[in-house]
Amino acid sequence: MQTDPMNLAPDAPADDALAIRTTGLTKRFGGTAVVDDLNLQVPTGSVFGFLGPNGSGKTTTIRMLLGLVNPSAGSVRLLGRSMPEAANRVLPNVGTLVEGPAFYPWLSGRRNLTRIDAAGPDPLRTTRADRVDAALAQVGLSAAADKRYRAYSLGMRQRLGLAAALLRPRSLLILDEPTNGMDPQGTREIRNLIRAVAADGATVLLCSHLLSEVEQVCTHAAIITLGRLVAQGPLESLRETTTTRVTVETDDTERAAAVLERLGLMQIAVAGALVSAALDSQRPEDCCKALVLADVGVRSFVSRRPSLEDTYVELTGEGFDVAR
Amino acid sequence: MWRAELALLFRRTRTQALLGVLALVPIVVASAVRFSGGGAQPGEGPQFLDQLTHNGVFAALVGLTVTLPFFLPLAVAVVAGDAIAGEANLGTLRYLLTRPYGRTRLLLHKGAVLVAFCVIATCVVAIAGIIAGAILFPIGPVTTLSGTTLSLTAGTIRIFAAAAVVGGSLLGLAAIGLFISTLTDAPVGAMAATAGIAVLSGVLDAIPQLHAIHPWLLTHYWLTFGDLLRSPVRWTAITKNLLLQAGYMLVFITAAWARFTTKDVLA
Repeated sequence: MQTDPMNLAPDAPADDALAIRTTGLTKRFGGTAVVDDLNLQVPTGSVFGFLGPNGSGKTTTIRMLLGLVNPSAGSVRLLGRSMPEAANRVLPNVGTLVEGPAFYPWLSGRRNLTRIDAAGPDPLRTTRADRVDAALAQVGLSAAADKRYRAYSLGMRQRLGLAAALLRPRSLLILDEPTNGMDPQGTREIRNLIRAVAADGATVLLCSHLLSEVEQVCTHAAIITLGRLVAQGPLESLRETTTTRVTVETDDTERAAAVLERLGLMQIAVAGALVSAALDSQRPEDCCKALVLADVGVRSFVSRRPSLEDTYVELTGEGFDVAR
Repeated sequence: MWRAELALLFRRTRTQALLGVLALVPIVVASAVRFSGGGAQPGEGPQFLDQLTHNGVFAALVGLTVTLPFFLPLAVAVVAGDAIAGEANLGTLRYLLTRPYGRTRLLLHKGAVLVAFCVIATCVVAIAGIIAGAILFPIGPVTTLSGTTLSLTAGTIRIFAAAAVVGGSLLGLAAIGLFISTLTDAPVGAMAATAGIAVLSGVLDAIPQLHAIHPWLLTHYWLTFGDLLRSPVRWTAITKNLLLQAGYMLVFITAAWARFTTKDVLA
């Protein structure tokens, strides 16, 4: 396990340039540190993917960001203010969908939103009905607004949860698995919604296991495992932390491997007619040229840029079993 | 905002069912007395039962007497135990708190709703009793326990004062329920524990060897509301009861506050 998280942000930005900043954030339950010395930096205006395996401490981190759980050590600044002290000033600007939607089953979608809206600190009672209608329309629930929540499908519940997060204009949205249980149309709508909210200048913290989804919408990401941050920064630089691999298909694997080794490539592996190796600083085109000049019969030559998934697996491990 | 809490509680089928059962009790008792032919002799059956055949409004007092040991504490235990644990169990607690709905504010509103529920529940019993009594029996001036007579209006006022005092008797239990509700995310457990405490208090109160602690038991003065039907009203026990309930409220609301404002919300 890496002890020093890679910090790929160019320079540590000034505090007001960060929508979320945690310093040494730690939470221990019993003797176990579920979140361990986390220094998360979410730039204002970014769509920030927060990634990690099940049980890696994502949800506990989010709960600490929102003041639901008290940190054992460290501090949280949200929108430039200290949490949980400034909760009453900060949280009205923060929309949340944490660990799935939760509503009163015996109330309709509309009544649920009305109650949630009324729970806020500012009593804009006169415009409440309009706000609720607008939020319902935004997530495509207008037609089912007066059904009881009990009768909603999983996707509809998720939509209502998003509607609650979007009830008021927000400068920060914290969304935990927002497309969980949604149909493809819903998933696409949510993606567009996130992009639209971000285009309006809001910061979005997106927790998701769907790496393709994160690649599509996020500008930045952080990866945590076992409660520790292992990487964070712009998506581009995160990908670059994983080495590009080249694969040669040839009739002379022995010589090909020797050439690649001479060039200084790492992790050389031979499988059947394929030789693959990890680039260090070499350019793939130079490798190809060297192979040909060394009389290796090249049938095909592929250089594959790593995906976010490669980075993720490299940093968090292959295992299927939950880490704890 | 606490009106929204109130609406949330009373829009729930479970709450309506609880109040329905409470309303049914005086109706059943009054009907039983009416259709079995004979009224009760003085000293027979629950307090005030012997008066019922002479004056229908006594059905309200009989109703309060018979619901107080069991139905009313059960209803209070259900609503109080659910107050915080229910929100935690549904997961709505995390969304309320991140609106933000300050923890202290939420607890105070839940407490206020509980007070309202205690009074509304006892008034439902009283109103159902008066209506059933008025339909099944003659009504008229109210004879007090001291033998004097009050006009029907004055008597009805006394009956509602009794309902309010019974409501007040339940506040200590409500505060204990609210506290227990902050300890767990399982509402059923909180309800059962609260109801259990009411039962335990009743059991301890029935053991003569424990008379030293009797004056401090939650349920000890519960049935003294009948003193309101004396002339003049005998306030001693009623005052002691209300002070005792206030003491329980002070202790357990403080404990609930200390617990709830510092706890990790993981549900």
